[in-house]
Amino acid sequence: MNATTPISSPGRRRAVRPGGRDGVWRRVQPAVAILAVALLIGMPLWIVVVTAGKTQGEALNPDLSLPTTWQYAENFAAVWEQGRVPAAFFGSLLVMVPAVIGVLALGSLASWVLARRSSRLMAVLYALAISGIVLPPAVVTVVLLLRQLGLAGTAIGMIGVYMGMYMSTVIFFVTGFIRTIPIELEEAARVDGAGPLRVFGRIILPLLAPVLSTATILICLYVWNDVFYAFFVVGGRLDTLPLNLFQVASAGLYLDNWHLIFAYVVLMSLPLLVVFVVAQRKIISGITSGAVK
Amino acid sequence: MTAQTTAISPMPPTRPSTSRRATARTNQGHRANHPASFLIPAFAVLGVFFFLPTIFNFVYALTDWSSFKSEIRFVGLQNFQDLISSGTLLSSLRITLVYAVLVAIFQNLFGLLLALLLERDTRINRFARVMFFIPVVMSALAAGYVFQAILKPDGAANAIIGAVVGHPVTIPWLGDTTWTLVVVALIHSWKWMGLSMLIYLAGLKTISEDVLEAARLDGASAWKTFRDIRFPLLAPALTFNVATALLGSMNGFDIVQATTGGGPARTTELLNIFVFRTFGQGLFAQATTMSLVLFVVVVALAFPVIRTLRKREEVL
Repeated sequence: MNATTPISSPGRRRAVRPGGRDGVWRRVQPAVAILAVALLIGMPLWIVVVTAGKTQGEALNPDLSLPTTWQYAENFAAVWEQGRVPAAFFGSLLVMVPAVIGVLALGSLASWVLARRSSRLMAVLYALAISGIVLPPAVVTVVLLLRQLGLAGTAIGMIGVYMGMYMSTVIFFVTGFIRTIPIELEEAARVDGAGPLRVFGRIILPLLAPVLSTATILICLYVWNDVFYAFFVVGGRLDTLPLNLFQVASAGLYLDNWHLIFAYVVLMSLPLLVVFVVAQRKIISGITSGAVK
Repeated sequence: MTAQTTAISPMPPTRPSTSRRATARTNQGHRANHPASFLIPAFAVLGVFFFLPTIFNFVYALTDWSSFKSEIRFVGLQNFQDLISSGTLLSSLRITLVYAVLVAIFQNLFGLLLALLLERDTRINRFARVMFFIPVVMSALAAGYVFQAILKPDGAANAIIGAVVGHPVTIPWLGDTTWTLVVVALIHSWKWMGLSMLIYLAGLKTISEDVLEAARLDGASAWKTFRDIRFPLLAPALTFNVATALLGSMNGFDIVQATTGGGPARTTELLNIFVFRTFGQGLFAQATTMSLVLFVVVVALAFPVIRTLRKREEVL
């Protein structure tokens, strides 16, 4: 987003449209906005938060009422134990961090070449590289492949699968971005005798910060919350937060343990929510600047 | 950046003019400056973990691979015949397509309405945008469980409706063989509407003030301005939103698994739910066959959908 100039600023918009006929809407709109937030977002979240603090009996039918006896501590302790939260948290991190760093590093390196060279072969390779954005991964046969490679059920196998799945997204975003960077910047460094890897590391990579942060956010979101692919690749072998939620809930629904399921949902969502609230401006502008072309 | 939205701007990367200019110059001799060997690591990962399994899909769909025997034999189109004759293939396919279309409609409708509602840059609107983005950040599985609890026959949704209408209500939101698919599509749209909203907001910001001012001076009503000017100019945002919602929900799993698990009577069994279930039963070849069906359908849909939407942009 830093590479382009904003087209219109909200300040200007306000000045141009004082709006005689918009007057009524202007006064009603804040109330409508708050009501929409309260009904559509506030209510479900409220139910999660209060139910997570109830006893099993009270949580049988999750509703808006406050718990009569508060037992957050007991519920959190119970899921901490049953859902193996520490192991799941580190399992999720163990998979997410290398996958994201790996896919960004390899993806940007390839994007640089794809953006700067033009030939029919490069065009074909680029089309191939970004095809994964729409194509669904072959989730069943990847298990067979990992078994043949001796990586079945391992974190390395999972990391490889996530990298393969999100490589296309990275290459698509980064190649587009590099094309907006003037090549003269590289040439100056080249005159000083820098090799290709040095030019990439010193000149290009630092300029990619905005697009890489957008890609990081998106991929972290998908990997952190993924349960489908994790189930096939590491299900039962490695703990991740969504896999353990699935396990707690599958047992919990049978036993009507809504208080435990919701306590787990709260625990699991907290890390991402904290990151999101702290960095929401950057996240929101990063995602939108990447999406609309 | 003064407000989160001031920085939003159209990203020019894939514009051909820029790229052609930049790349044409490089090609005048300096291939070594951008060595092709830098492509190898990325393509190795893509090849091993993405393309190879996809190729395997075409091979193993023609075998009797299962957890019940160690040997894998070639059986031709037997898996397809079985899935077609049992009616599973067509019903799962139909359910997946209906689900994807419903999600594409609802998610875009909600996203656009929210964007129009929260368009002005006030403090309340900025807060509301952040709130509507929370479901996007949450795990889809968690969102599914939350709605399963709320939509139980004796759950919170019916209690609230009952309080409004004045008598007890027991609508089986997730137990209807016809309407549950729609309910689940609505939940999916709820989870992702914040993302669509942001993209429409970014699109609305790119519309020139002068055009809107001209329309206002001509006496165009708010609705007419929206229909004839702002909505057509949102075409790029619409393309992105419809394509991602449609193709993303074709590949859906988490929300349906968490709310209905494919039920009642398998009326919400998406292709991926079928893949998950049969894989769990050890019927790997059948799971592979369905996974291949999904692949083929997405390929068959993706290109026409993206092309049609792009063409619409050009016309306008």
